[in-house]
Amino acid sequence: MTLSKVKELLGAEILCGESNMEQEILSACGSDMMSDVLAFVKEQSMLLTGLVNPQVMRTAEMMDMRCIVFVRGKRPDQPMLDLAESHGMVVMNTPLRMYPSCGRLYEAGLKGENA
Amino acid sequence: MVTERYIVKGDDFQAAGSASSAMKQMLRGAGVPMEVIRRAAICMYEGEINMVIHARGGEAEVSFDGQEITMKLSDNGSGIENPQLALKEGWSTATDEIRGLGFGAGMGLPNMKRNSDDLTIESVPGKGTTIVMKIKV
Repeated sequence: MTLSKVKELLGAEILCGESNMEQEILSACGSDMMSDVLAFVKEQSMLLTGLVNPQVMRTAEMMDMRCIVFVRGKRPDQPMLDLAESHGMVVMNTPLRMYPSCGRLYEAGLKGENA
Repeated sequence: MVTERYIVKGDDFQAAGSASSAMKQMLRGAGVPMEVIRRAAICMYEGEINMVIHARGGEAEVSFDGQEITMKLSDNGSGIENPQLALKEGWSTATDEIRGLGFGAGMGLPNMKRNSDDLTIESVPGKGTTIVMKIKV
């Protein structure tokens, strides 16, 4: 699924990385607990989270993720966006809550694991 | 053989992860494969977060000799009373504040052990902890 499609499905706003929207992702994960993202996530290249702090960007960077979607309308500050952008990541936010966000993506074919 | 030293500042949650980020870049420059770098990055980042939130910071020394990555983390903390217990999944001494930041699930040390080929902990109560992790490339 392209990140443009993710944006459309979630009614999301792009906060940085606009030029990287056509890249394809194969799976995603949703969590507010970065400890668990670091411990349980394997090949997922997109993180959905409602937690907003610089360590969300760092965690995604360590896991080689391509995109972070902040749910529940959460908005990171500019230094956090700069950090994400410096690693070529796309950051979006959606007014949707976590469950419907994941549900819409899953229903449209984006699974939790690589097929 | 490449060796880099990184200073980790204690209680600076904003800057936490910068040493791990620099290490990732160093390993990329040394031609280490992506999936190995990711394992090293997870180990280093978990260790760095621990140093920031529990141990008043410290120093990390990372070297790569062409075959093996060695990460040595030495902190300024008060030591781990029972390292075997700390290696158990779910064991955590983190405060609610730390949990609010997305950490402290008791997965740090177990995750470092899982992602490294060898992990040793030397901890002296009152004097700090040194963790050495090795990953074969």
